[in-house]
Amino acid sequence: MNNDIPSIPKRVGAIKFGLISPREVRKMSVTAIITADTYDDDGYPIDMGLMDLRLGVIDPGLKCKTCGSRAGECPGHFGHIDLVAPVIHVGFNKTIRKTLRSVCRNCSRLLLDASKKQEFLDQLNTCKEMGHLPDNIINEVFKEARKSKTCPYCSTEQLEIKFEKPSDYIEDGHKLTPTEIRDRFENIPDEDVKVLGMDPASARPEWMILTVLPVPPVTVRPSITLESGQRSEDDLTHKLVDIIRINQRFQENRDAGAPQLIIEDLWELLQYHVTTFFDNEVSGVPPARHRSGRPLKTLTQRLKGKEGRFRGSLSGKRVNFSARTVVSPDPNLSINEVGVPFAIAMHMTIPEKVTTRNLELLRMYVQRGNGVHPGANYAIRDDGRRIRISETNKEELAEKIEVGWTVERQLMDGDIVLFNRQPSLHKMSIMAHRVKVLPFKTFRLNPAVCPPYNADFDGDEMNMHVLQTEESRAEASILMQVQENILSPRFGGPIIGGIHDHISGLFLLTRNENRITKNAALELLRKSDIRDLPEPASYSEEGEPLWNGKQIFSQILPKGLYLEFPAQACFKCDTCKKKDCEYDAYVVIEDGEMLQGTIDEQAIGAFKGKVLDKVMKEYGSEAGAKFVDDFTRLAIRGVMKTGLSFGISDEDIPVTAKVQIGNLLNEAEARVQKLIEAYEAKELEPLPGRTLDETIEMKIMQELGKARDQTGNIAGKQLGLENSAVLMAKSGARGSMLNLTQMAACVGQQAVRGERIRRGYAGRTLPHFDKGDLGADAHGFVKASYKSGLNPTEYFFHAIGGREGLVDTAVRTSQSGYLQRRLVNALQDLEVQYDGSVRETRGVIVQFKYGEDGIDSTKSDYSKPEAIHRIVRRVTGKEVN
Amino acid sequence: MRKFSLLDHQLIPKHEIMLEDELKSVLKQYAIEKEQLPKIKVVDPVIQEIGAQVGDVVKITRISQTADEAFYYRLVIA
Repeated sequence: MNNDIPSIPKRVGAIKFGLISPREVRKMSVTAIITADTYDDDGYPIDMGLMDLRLGVIDPGLKCKTCGSRAGECPGHFGHIDLVAPVIHVGFNKTIRKTLRSVCRNCSRLLLDASKKQEFLDQLNTCKEMGHLPDNIINEVFKEARKSKTCPYCSTEQLEIKFEKPSDYIEDGHKLTPTEIRDRFENIPDEDVKVLGMDPASARPEWMILTVLPVPPVTVRPSITLESGQRSEDDLTHKLVDIIRINQRFQENRDAGAPQLIIEDLWELLQYHVTTFFDNEVSGVPPARHRSGRPLKTLTQRLKGKEGRFRGSLSGKRVNFSARTVVSPDPNLSINEVGVPFAIAMHMTIPEKVTTRNLELLRMYVQRGNGVHPGANYAIRDDGRRIRISETNKEELAEKIEVGWTVERQLMDGDIVLFNRQPSLHKMSIMAHRVKVLPFKTFRLNPAVCPPYNADFDGDEMNMHVLQTEESRAEASILMQVQENILSPRFGGPIIGGIHDHISGLFLLTRNENRITKNAALELLRKSDIRDLPEPASYSEEGEPLWNGKQIFSQILPKGLYLEFPAQACFKCDTCKKKDCEYDAYVVIEDGEMLQGTIDEQAIGAFKGKVLDKVMKEYGSEAGAKFVDDFTRLAIRGVMKTGLSFGISDEDIPVTAKVQIGNLLNEAEARVQKLIEAYEAKELEPLPGRTLDETIEMKIMQELGKARDQTGNIAGKQLGLENSAVLMAKSGARGSMLNLTQMAACVGQQAVRGERIRRGYAGRTLPHFDKGDLGADAHGFVKASYKSGLNPTEYFFHAIGGREGLVDTAVRTSQSGYLQRRLVNALQDLEVQYDGSVRETRGVIVQFKYGEDGIDSTKSDYSKPEAIHRIVRRVTGKEVN
Repeated sequence: MRKFSLLDHQLIPKHEIMLEDELKSVLKQYAIEKEQLPKIKVVDPVIQEIGAQVGDVVKITRISQTADEAFYYRLVIA
């Protein structure tokens, strides 16, 4: 019909699980294993031993006696051990117990009458038809069958069967041997097996009791040859040796007619070894240990858990060509770059094909060897042989190199690599950077790319992956470079942008009429490619030309940029005066020239930056990246010019203000006291939908919250923009006015789960208060500021509130992580097609148009026609309505 | 007796049974078979309300914040 959509891929129709029968084990076995020894004195595998050549080969050079393949090709073949006496398979203890209790001890029939059986069978069939899990019905069968005290068929009285860990079944004080259990199971008729939810063709209950043990191929349990030439066997082999030994001893003793007691002991021992062969962590069984005391890793341990076969080997992948180290900042790097330590660059390689054009260059790398930086570590001949380049053979190899070879040269400046920080929660967690090889031992990155990685420099480590093919490098540089990811598809705005000092720096630079001399101006702009300065804004009394900060910032703006927006410092007046803003909080940029306003978080901040957003969308990602590079460098120099520091004295407020705050808090406390009195006198009106207790709590919280805010206002009035904490809070660089309030004025109410602190002793939080005291200080209101210091009870309440925060974050991250994992797993195959529809792998449509509107948010101007309006305005000179 | 129509509720978008030729053009537009459409069960209250049968395709007209009106097509299944 059409070839645009791939046909529905092949799917696994069904998987059938069953029990393996002794007959099947023997059928798939290539040999019985009878000796516990592995190798003879010459180091050759013994026939019918655990390393029998028919079980497959692992030593190079030998051929498998079953399939004739060599090591690596031979998949391995199973053998078997005939157990002298049956033993229980630990994994089926639960089913064995339930089955044992629901079949007759004499005639082995299911302890239900015929009609009941038929009823359950019908239920199971309908369940199967509907595709539901039959677990509930089967459990019901077991429950019903267990109730019968006498067999409905042979009228035998049924005895209570007790299960004792790990695998003993005790009936009326007498222990059932596996043989007895097996006999009972063997006699269960096929029809009854079906009622138990088993398919008698593929899972007879007696197969849960082992009479023959499959021996896994040697490829599953390879032995390692140590440096000393000694062989070290796999844990599974050790376990199998134990099983064979006991099996033999059992046989000998029984043949010799040993007393029942000894036989029983040996039987139990055999049971122990077979049990630990399957699972070495069964409760009630001491784990089998290595000579060194280390518990053996047997079958279950190989599969289970995070490092098991499923999670560790099948779902988890490990890679080569990767490096990991601590990250640290370097504002002089471009956002597209990553600083790579020499030590790492010299280990990571990029394969380069030798052609006539690069022959000489690559020869030089080879000649330099692996010990000098731009060198090479490996040469690959045209026949595919890899040769490690060393001090001794570098000259010789350099001679030999010719077209057709491949040289694995060391990582160099300009190579493209992937850079990643876990947890990789969104696509910006892995981005492509260009390498800059630097001294010292940390990865260096521009602090502006911290937000997408969510990185900081308190010891964070990051990973680097070196791309090995031309295609991957091309794809990475087109799709994954940092500059291609400045705009986040989550909200269509920049996720990369100025942080902390970048914002403070540009705020300080562009605020007010900075008077900047020529020298200072050149110093500020020296890292940007600026060749000319504009007309000076003014002249000093000496006639020296002076520029202002807005002019300096304009130099890094692209020509033709028009933009108007209120800054972060905007006071949100009732009617915005726009260009006449008296706080210089309205930014106006015309033709790439900043006319007024102050640059702050709203202009260049990560997640917000309007200027950056505009530059990205109108001038492209390259210009965007250049703009980020430029403004970060300008900002760093800007903040260094003024300097920005914060100390304990910055939290000082005048005594009058302190008194004011004290009075205010006292008044608030008095009001709270009044509320409490009203409450106790039962005069308080409950709020709609609330109890009286809730009402008083809410009112107190409100009162105290209001008080804290008011103290903040008092403190705020004393501290102006000359205070660096205020400056940082108002510009959006770091911190908030609330932080400052807590430092200088009043910490405020400590809360647990959004309520005042109530836990502690009976009727009170601490023995320092009266029982039933509802007062502010008795329930975690901290009057003090961090500067003034907290009193002991306040300190304690503060610790309670602080601990809740920590617990919350810990719980939230694990919960949201799991939620995201489930979402990603469910949605990972969805793809936007060229026709704009979202489809899954079978071609089934999920959305007819991506996001209903088919818009790529990173390319849309927040779905507003601003750009068109501006173009119309510029061409016609008239506003669009 | 139900005294109101589900479709009158503001949260329920407009559902209508598609005509044969309109359906054809939609399937052609996306180059798909009917089975590749999203599904909806006949027992769904809104499907019962409009009386669609298994095998019918319903056209849903949703009010979208970003695209004003967005169309969605679902195949009614058992």
